[in-house]
Amino acid sequence: MNRLRTLYGWARQTARLMIGVPDYENYVRHRQTFHPSEPIMTYEEFFFERQSVRYTVSKDRMKGCC
Amino acid sequence: MSAASVPMGIGGKLLWAGVAALGAVSFGVVALTRGEPVNAAWLVVAAVCIYLVAYRFYARFIAYKALGVDATRQTPAFSRNDGLDYVPTNRYVLFGHHFAAIAGAGPLVGPVLAAQMGYLPGTLWILVGVVLAGAVQDMTVLFLSARRDGRSLGDMIRAEMGPVPGTIAGIGVLLICIIILAVLALVVVNALKQSPWGTFTVFCTLPIAVVMGIYGRFIRPGRVAEMSAIGAVLLLAALLYGRTVSETPELAAMFTFSGPSLALILIGYGYVASVLPVWLVLAPRDYLSTFMKIGTVALLAIGIILVHPNLQMPAVTKFVDGTGPVWAGSLFPFLFITIACGAVSGWHSLISSGTTPKMIENESQIPFIGYGGMLMESFVAIMAMIAASVIHPGVYFAMNSSAGLIGTTVDQAAQTISAWGFVVTPDVLAQMAHDVGEKTIMSRTGGAPTLAVGMAQILAQFLGGAAMMAIWYHFAILFEALFILTTVDAGTRVCRFMIQDLIGNAIPAFRETKSWANNLIGSGLACALWGYFLYTGVIDPFGGIWTMWPLFGTANQMLAAIALMLCTVVLFKMKRQQFAWVTVVPATWLVICTVTAGLEKAFSSNPSVGFLAHAAKFGDALGAGKVLAPAKTLGDMGRVVFNDYLDAALAVVFVAVVVSTLFYAVISIRKSLGTPTSTAREVGRVALAGSAR
Repeated sequence: MNRLRTLYGWARQTARLMIGVPDYENYVRHRQTFHPSEPIMTYEEFFFERQSVRYTVSKDRMKGCC
Repeated sequence: MSAASVPMGIGGKLLWAGVAALGAVSFGVVALTRGEPVNAAWLVVAAVCIYLVAYRFYARFIAYKALGVDATRQTPAFSRNDGLDYVPTNRYVLFGHHFAAIAGAGPLVGPVLAAQMGYLPGTLWILVGVVLAGAVQDMTVLFLSARRDGRSLGDMIRAEMGPVPGTIAGIGVLLICIIILAVLALVVVNALKQSPWGTFTVFCTLPIAVVMGIYGRFIRPGRVAEMSAIGAVLLLAALLYGRTVSETPELAAMFTFSGPSLALILIGYGYVASVLPVWLVLAPRDYLSTFMKIGTVALLAIGIILVHPNLQMPAVTKFVDGTGPVWAGSLFPFLFITIACGAVSGWHSLISSGTTPKMIENESQIPFIGYGGMLMESFVAIMAMIAASVIHPGVYFAMNSSAGLIGTTVDQAAQTISAWGFVVTPDVLAQMAHDVGEKTIMSRTGGAPTLAVGMAQILAQFLGGAAMMAIWYHFAILFEALFILTTVDAGTRVCRFMIQDLIGNAIPAFRETKSWANNLIGSGLACALWGYFLYTGVIDPFGGIWTMWPLFGTANQMLAAIALMLCTVVLFKMKRQQFAWVTVVPATWLVICTVTAGLEKAFSSNPSVGFLAHAAKFGDALGAGKVLAPAKTLGDMGRVVFNDYLDAALAVVFVAVVVSTLFYAVISIRKSLGTPTSTAREVGRVALAGSAR
């Protein structure tokens, strides 16, 4: 059962990362551990931020075409 | 503990000897059988065995011996961890991300076009190319970028080779982007012209994306699974209703377009989509196309394994001499640029130096992600080759030859193609069109429709039978069109950015990407550029693919050559030149192929290959006041001549980009040979703490 849950977790995480949305829980943990006094984005803010970063072109972000 | 340092036991040796032997036998069957059909299963087994052996031995050799992967070195995912871009990520999750980012239209379309020479030449290049060139490039660039905080390819070229080659590479990328967008859009136009079912479903993706976008922005913000499920259901409904549209004359008339009108619609679409906010159209459709891409590739793999069809296409056809109807040019160098992404693709170097290096947990995972990801992509190309080879060769050539060659009726086409040696009756061509729910399948050049027929044939055999064939065909068309349109949208934005950057040198205010006016003008320029090539391709009497695919392939392989030259330079700078042959060999081959192809496209005296010879032929006729087929008026003749000069100029620019990068690479290598210590510009080495792994 636990193994199934891990597999499901990986599949879910993979599917989300494929479209440019990293793990939110991990982000929260990171902020709490390393930047405890700073604000943490809500999930919605986090999602919108990631979405705009994925599709906004800049010097470092050139999407390939094939 | 690196796996490379574990000595192999006797069991392991026997196992790998077995894999190698199985691969050799399967490959022998594929390569040597003549006169009777070969089963696709042999091809699959041969490919998988070759991948396994290459991964186990060559990838490890490159990683641990040539590159010096260091499992105790901290990766940027840890050193710059921010929970957003830089995140240590499980290697299987990251593999999925990397594969989804590199897989696209390239590995699916190239092999289909290459099948005109038979399945064997293309298959050989896919397998040899990926093992020695493509996977090496992806992995090495990933390694270089991971050692430099995830810097981009352009940045690394500037840092390691100097600002001039950096700028040259930048111009190269802009040109490739324009050609890629034009060619991919052309593939969609050819798939949708005179096809109300296809056109209806593809048009529907636009409102569906908007519904998803609004749902994910305002109704249930950020709920990706829900919005994707809604999108998938609506998409399926559109696909099924498309049949009704095609069978209802009034509705069918509304969605039946000629090539040129579709081209104009696509250019307009590209413009509008690229100035809209990303959450409205681009992002939701990207979600759909990503998931559909992965799902369809998996489905096709299952289908090929379960159905294991026979290959109908001969191993080698007479068109290896360069007289083929699908694209112009002989086996060398043009086969090696026709199949780009499945064997080696320059675009992957942008991904390998993009998001992936920022998430890799440990350098020891670089072979798995970089080399392994590319092997998977190569397998997609093998599947495309199988799909193109399981259909009747007569059908294949009817779909991929322009009307100028085979005429516009099934009788003419069957006669011409039978005369080429691929005996086919008009009934077979008419029946195939009927089976897939189309009025005609002739001259649907560009690879996508052929792949769709092949996929439909395979999938219908294990899911749904003959009755489902039309649905599978349009499903495949939808899947390809969906991610090509996403590429058109995203690519137009990339072009716009580069144009803004370029013009910004003269007018600094134009650089401001937040300005609406700048974006409107920039997008307009970008669409005008690729739209021009698209439109000339659509009205090109030879069928644009015949002329433009070799140009596109040259451009794509040019970028791979640049990336591999960078890898070589860095290996020399790291003082690892005794291993530099791992990138020198593929870089040399790609330089030879792209330079030969570029020069032949421009200067070959054969007017069906060389643009200038073609221009001269048409120019002479124009001077004499004659109209040469397939042009219809003197105006057409003038346009043909002009486009020939334009294409020749492009080919020459590509050659110049490759040659000048080579020049700078040689300079950098000579400089580094004169210094006794490593001059590679890596970013600080921090050893892992015992617990960090």
